[in-house]
Amino acid sequence: MKNTIRQYILSNLLFTDDESVLQDDESFLDGGIIDSTGVMEIILFIEDTFGIKVNDDEMLPANLDSVDNLVAFIKRKQLIAA
Amino acid sequence: MVTAMPRLLQEILLASAAHYPNHTALVVGDIRMSYLEVTHYACRLAHALQARGVRRGDRVAIFMDNTWQCATSIYSVLLAGGVFVAINAQTKHDKLAFILRDSDSRILLSEPHLARVFNTVSKQMPSLQVLCTHEAKGLPAGFENLDDVLVNMPTTPPPHSSITLDLAALIYTSGTTGDPKGVMHTHQSLLFVLDSINEYLGFTHDDRLFSALPLNFGYGLFQWFSAVQAGATLVLERTFTYAAQVFHQMNNEAVTSFACVPTVFALMLAHDAKQPLHFPSVRILTNAAAALPAEFISGIRRLFPNARLYKMHGQTECIRCAYLNPDLAELKPDSVGHAIPGTELLLLDENRQAVAQGEVGMLYVRGSHLMRGYWKLPEKTAEVLVPASLPNEFMLKTGDLFRQDADGDLYFVARSDEIIKSRGEKVSPAEVENAIYSLPAVQEVVVAGISDALLGQAVCAFVVVRDGETLSIQQIKRSCNERLENYMIPKHVLLLSELPRTANGKLSRKLIMEQCGALLAELK
Repeated sequence: MKNTIRQYILSNLLFTDDESVLQDDESFLDGGIIDSTGVMEIILFIEDTFGIKVNDDEMLPANLDSVDNLVAFIKRKQLIAA
Repeated sequence: MVTAMPRLLQEILLASAAHYPNHTALVVGDIRMSYLEVTHYACRLAHALQARGVRRGDRVAIFMDNTWQCATSIYSVLLAGGVFVAINAQTKHDKLAFILRDSDSRILLSEPHLARVFNTVSKQMPSLQVLCTHEAKGLPAGFENLDDVLVNMPTTPPPHSSITLDLAALIYTSGTTGDPKGVMHTHQSLLFVLDSINEYLGFTHDDRLFSALPLNFGYGLFQWFSAVQAGATLVLERTFTYAAQVFHQMNNEAVTSFACVPTVFALMLAHDAKQPLHFPSVRILTNAAAALPAEFISGIRRLFPNARLYKMHGQTECIRCAYLNPDLAELKPDSVGHAIPGTELLLLDENRQAVAQGEVGMLYVRGSHLMRGYWKLPEKTAEVLVPASLPNEFMLKTGDLFRQDADGDLYFVARSDEIIKSRGEKVSPAEVENAIYSLPAVQEVVVAGISDALLGQAVCAFVVVRDGETLSIQQIKRSCNERLENYMIPKHVLLLSELPRTANGKLSRKLIMEQCGALLAELK
């Protein structure tokens, strides 16, 4: 899961395949990686790829602002789903 | 309030601190600062700047996100007698280096997470002193820690000799030629427009203004200036990115004013369709930076049932020039109204004669809010600051084409140049083209704006690759990502075998848009 997310961010938001430019715990905001339209793209991607539904009130940095946060968030969502 | 008219922007902060010392001036995340605390911090940093050689008129660059340090630093630079140069935190290193060199900034104020950008720049500019806020992540080696520097500094304003005609700010804005231009504003021009804005919006001491617009941008900066002038509170967010956090903060802080742009309204309406949003505390709602689509208005009324909606128009060169009386928002959904108090707007033809009512003309602005010109660019300045009716008086040629109804209210028609407006930000096609031309495999590129439901206009690049070379769309976007702010990166890149030319061999955006009509329709 982590690798899938990394590949998506690298290719669609950083436009590169250089793995070294993205740290798993790096804040997307601090790294200048996303903004208000970029976050929508990430949400569409994780909903499609991992079969979860992101509610609007879950659009928080704790859930979405790094690769690690995304992985933890998606795992939790998958566990509480039916 | 003070009896004498303020002549310097920082006098307004000092007056508000004298009248409302314990009132909250600024809320950023969990941090709340009173007027006294903002003033103390601002004065300490002003002393530190003077101790590092900042003298009257010197430029100090502020390269920060929307943090409390960014907001207070603006006043620190002014208190030190300097000129602040606020730089968007999304700026990449080439452009940062350009702005620092062009403005000849002595000192850069920044934050640790932006070291990835300023590190290389400061190595190329040994005379630049970097002062960096200290946060959990730690400070890169070789830079001064702001917190340590300020401990022993006095909390009273340092001596200065500034007058109202001195420069207060250089605000960099995208231009048609590619390099950004520094718009010179004096204390006088900014104080004048601040008075005018606060007169028609009617902010009071009890207001709680909310903004997530960057402080380097006139519309965002004036949320802070307006709050300070009214002795009110600014609730500042770093970004609209994490919407749930933004909406929670707006309701939690019971904000009474909300500064918005059409792209954010569009996002809010999309959220509302899934989970209803409601902001009953907001009484003043403003839109600027791009035209508000008329079809948004009924939805906005539902989200903000108690708000007066102000549709406004402006540009960095005069900050603000027009607003529509909020009572007319439904009656004239496409209008941005008339001149702000104390100023005049004219619609003129190519010979600078007034156009007949209902005809399209170029918008010109008269008033004390006009910039002094573009920094070190007298020729560019002369193109837009043109002689007005009085000797040695200038009016601003905006580049915006408008028409006017019988009441004098204005309707935007088009830009007269190629500037793209995406998410309310100005995008220079030449700047994007230059970023793409930095790839040797590119033979030719043209960048244009195409209409987009969310962004207003989306940036679209038409690229021809040299014979025998290969280039992917991803490589093109990466090149842009390395050089440009995020909002400038083309949403669409079309690889073409050739670009259409006019009869005399020139590239024409109009022709390209026509010939690519079918391709572009597919993108939408």
